[in-house]
Amino acid sequence: MPETRGTAYDSKIEGNVIFTRFDAALNWVRKNSLWPMPMGLACCAIELMAAAASRFDIARFGAEVMRFSPRQCDVMIVAGTVTYKMALAVKRIYEQMPEPKWVIAMGACASTGGMYRSYAVLQGIDQLLPVDVYISGCPPRPEALLAGLIKLQEKISLERSFRNQKPELAERLEEALA
Amino acid sequence: MNSQELLELLGQTFGGKIQNQTEFRGEWTYEIAANDLREIATFCREKLLFDYLVDITSIDNFGEEPRFEIVYHLYSMPRAFHLRLKLKVPDEEAAVDTVSDVWATANWHEREIYDMMGIKFNGHPDLRRILMWDGYPFFPLRKDFPLEGLPSEMPDVAFTKVTPLEGGPFVTVPSTATAKDREPRARPPEL
Repeated sequence: MPETRGTAYDSKIEGNVIFTRFDAALNWVRKNSLWPMPMGLACCAIELMAAAASRFDIARFGAEVMRFSPRQCDVMIVAGTVTYKMALAVKRIYEQMPEPKWVIAMGACASTGGMYRSYAVLQGIDQLLPVDVYISGCPPRPEALLAGLIKLQEKISLERSFRNQKPELAERLEEALA
Repeated sequence: MNSQELLELLGQTFGGKIQNQTEFRGEWTYEIAANDLREIATFCREKLLFDYLVDITSIDNFGEEPRFEIVYHLYSMPRAFHLRLKLKVPDEEAAVDTVSDVWATANWHEREIYDMMGIKFNGHPDLRRILMWDGYPFFPLRKDFPLEGLPSEMPDVAFTKVTPLEGGPFVTVPSTATAKDREPRARPPEL
């Protein structure tokens, strides 16, 4: 490949190196290996399980490693009706997840309380957690969950990850370059 | 002993204590006084072999006196026979004797009634809330509790807010009218 001649790196690893932005690489790694926290609270959890099984196979999008410990998770999929009795427990589990973390509100109940306009049900998990993707449906089909997951991947790929994670270092680098 | 003899025996033993009895499709409902509950329940369990307490339900007849009504659904496995016991509880007392030592399953049924309706059960071994959390200040199935709920706050445990009903509650009307007239629409309660 003559066009790469003259660049700064060692010619022995030529062809095995690609140039990209740091954020793009980081986001690419993150978005294709999302480990979900399955917060199954009602019938949406059945569709979540179907999405993980062989017919719909959420592994095609790198999100098959459902972890039942919040400390190993990247994205919390709130699947089902969040009652007030459960609400602070959901929040506590979310707070135990390490950064960076995202939330998918799966189905009508998790998004808005759904048909439960009642004293017992939280009217949308977004009253407690910052939700990234809402999925409509009651319950949504597994394809809808996969579509939501792809939407979340698109969102992650546009994030300024490095700046968000190391703001001081990013500032110092910018000053040094300027 | 067939079911007819069983009812006769119950009538002979507690003749004066049965206030009213009705029959619907072979199922009998006996209305009794709250004070006689334990005596009659023990008799039903031990002598008449009503070994299965199917359910205990409570009704809030808001605006009437006495306000509450409790219904015991009994079933006899050996005789394949249903019996219903009904009793009324006034608002100011709102307490009945427990039957959790007669039928063990009554324990949770009574806790549920206490949780939802606020009727207490004297002598219950563990009368705590069963669905809502300890410390929730209301009894949500009472008729004077609004459907949209009331705000409450228990730090680190749970909170509740008033639910936006957007013009609701949307309720159907029981009638023989056409589906168009019966369909769920915003009809504020006439309280």
